[in-house]
Amino acid sequence: MLGSGIIKGLAVTAKNFVGSFHDPERLPTVEYPEKRLTLPEAYRSFPFLVFDGENAIDGLRCVACKMCENECPPQCIYIIPERDEKGRPVKKPKVFDIDLSVCMGCQICVEVCPFDSIKMDQVFEVAATNRFEGLIAHREMLAKSNTYYHQIRPTEAAEVDTRLAEEKRLAEEKAKAAAAAKAAAAAKAAAAPKPVATTAPASATAPAAAPASPAKPAVAAPSPSPSSSSSAAAPMAAAPKPPATTP
Amino acid sequence: MQNEPTSSAPGLAGTPANSSFDILHSPLGSPQQGASVREVNDPFHGDLLEVSMGPHHPSTHGVFRMVATLDGEIIVKLKPVFGYLHRNHEKLGENTTYLASMPYTDRLDYLAGMTNNWAYALAVEKLSGQVATERAEYVRVIVGEMMRIVNHCCLVGFLFNDLGTSFTPLLYAFREREKFLDLFEELTGTRMMYNYQRFGGCRVDPTPEWLAKAKALIDGFPRFLDEYEQFLTGNEIMLARTQGVGRLSPELAINAGITGPVLRATGVGYDIRKVDGYGVYPRFDFRVPIGDHGDTYDRYMMRILEMRESVKILQQAFRDLPAGPIIDPKAKNRGLRPKAGEAYGRIEGPKGEIGFYLISDGSTNPYRYRVRPPSFINLTVLEDMCLGHSVADAVVILGSIDIVLGEVDR
Repeated sequence: MLGSGIIKGLAVTAKNFVGSFHDPERLPTVEYPEKRLTLPEAYRSFPFLVFDGENAIDGLRCVACKMCENECPPQCIYIIPERDEKGRPVKKPKVFDIDLSVCMGCQICVEVCPFDSIKMDQVFEVAATNRFEGLIAHREMLAKSNTYYHQIRPTEAAEVDTRLAEEKRLAEEKAKAAAAAKAAAAAKAAAAPKPVATTAPASATAPAAAPASPAKPAVAAPSPSPSSSSSAAAPMAAAPKPPATTP
Repeated sequence: MQNEPTSSAPGLAGTPANSSFDILHSPLGSPQQGASVREVNDPFHGDLLEVSMGPHHPSTHGVFRMVATLDGEIIVKLKPVFGYLHRNHEKLGENTTYLASMPYTDRLDYLAGMTNNWAYALAVEKLSGQVATERAEYVRVIVGEMMRIVNHCCLVGFLFNDLGTSFTPLLYAFREREKFLDLFEELTGTRMMYNYQRFGGCRVDPTPEWLAKAKALIDGFPRFLDEYEQFLTGNEIMLARTQGVGRLSPELAINAGITGPVLRATGVGYDIRKVDGYGVYPRFDFRVPIGDHGDTYDRYMMRILEMRESVKILQQAFRDLPAGPIIDPKAKNRGLRPKAGEAYGRIEGPKGEIGFYLISDGSTNPYRYRVRPPSFINLTVLEDMCLGHSVADAVVILGSIDIVLGEVDR
């Protein structure tokens, strides 16, 4: 019969219309600003820098090795290493900028970082009125505590902490062995060769790996609950408090 | 069925001789002939009209422009104009490392990023002599076939938008697509820009929970397809608008290098999954749907049938997924320097053959990086398919080719 296909189709439409009142399968939308979906742990938006301890800038794990800067496909990372008064590099970034209007969130920087210092954030509401003030993230804006990292990615952060703690333990053992060897050598002869630097840079800059369970946030962390989706919605600049001195 | 008052227009050939709806009830019934151009000595002959459609009209699927020369409402000439979205993709690929090109490939065909990743990974693996692990090959099939379903959901939805059914079929299809994108987000971190494949495997291993969720989704998918087909496939208006519209002959399709569902709709059985048998595809039992008439309706049915076959492949892949490492522990991704040489890696993407041709000179960047985009090459026969049809049909024909401008322009 002519029109039977249309009538069958309308039956489907009617089923969907009626279903949208009681069947969540047929009404999957969420009224976004008021209600939010929980983001999956793997969700990624833009990179941020992890710091340990209380001070955002001193505790940065980043050693300004520029690995991410070299590998970044759209070249949105800009790093100047810090130097002491004699001009020697001190394994800290003096400038660490990420141009968020260029960044495409591919997380290649995270993959290439040997020190687990750059990770992907879950903040996606980064709209700004000014491209140069709002969307170029400086190191103060990028630095976020390890506690925050545990909040957004509990599994991955726990793995990273275990790995860093292991590296630190190995480095300490090595240092101890080297010290013992040095003492033995010193006892043997006064002109013992100086032991080479043994501590790995990552563990040297990480004072203590944070516990796996989220403790009190070091600085104003956006949300205490890791499962709450509002942690991802906190404005990016609210996470760390910038120190008084800026570079 | 043409909409113009055919009986009063003298010399307008090609209106369906049989105006009854009999043909509509056989899905692949005798196709209608498209209306041909009016005779030049027609006393009512007017001037030809040139209409520029696009570059931003929603029915042109992005920043694409069709310069159509019209005789009345009939297209006598059609010039596709593109390049508005050109962003130097191939030159970028020559100036970045092999790994750094991977996220850019997501942006080629942004509705099917995973298959682009896969084709590129395959090309670099060939070039550098790396082999993906067994588990990774299965995971690639899983995500690749899911990507095909996502792409075809989009395509069918947009095709019906072009037909004038404003948004209802599209949103039903998108509702289903959203579930797949949620799964992709859980696995890779993003909904569309995955950056998931690596040389020698995949970036992250899907967890058992993820696999269980994906399997449940796939098992429920045929139910959606049945409902969707009940909704659309028998619709008389859709049949009248698509059957016999935009016919493509198999000879022209082969000569123009058309691939994918557009080629198979003409009756040519050419599927790279079967021809090349890349990855672990030879281990799966699936059929390749072949059309008969090469018209818009066949192209629509190709997509529906391919989704059903994808479900079959996925169920086998979930069943046989082996344990093991997801990426070869010795795989080299960062700082990759393949030996000098060339390689071409191609897979059957949702839109056709997507291939990457790479020449290495032994440095960290490819010397030449070339994409073989299915959208672009399938677009070349647009004029041949549109000639003699009305403007409204041209929109539908364009929709049935399935183009994404990110890939056409690169």
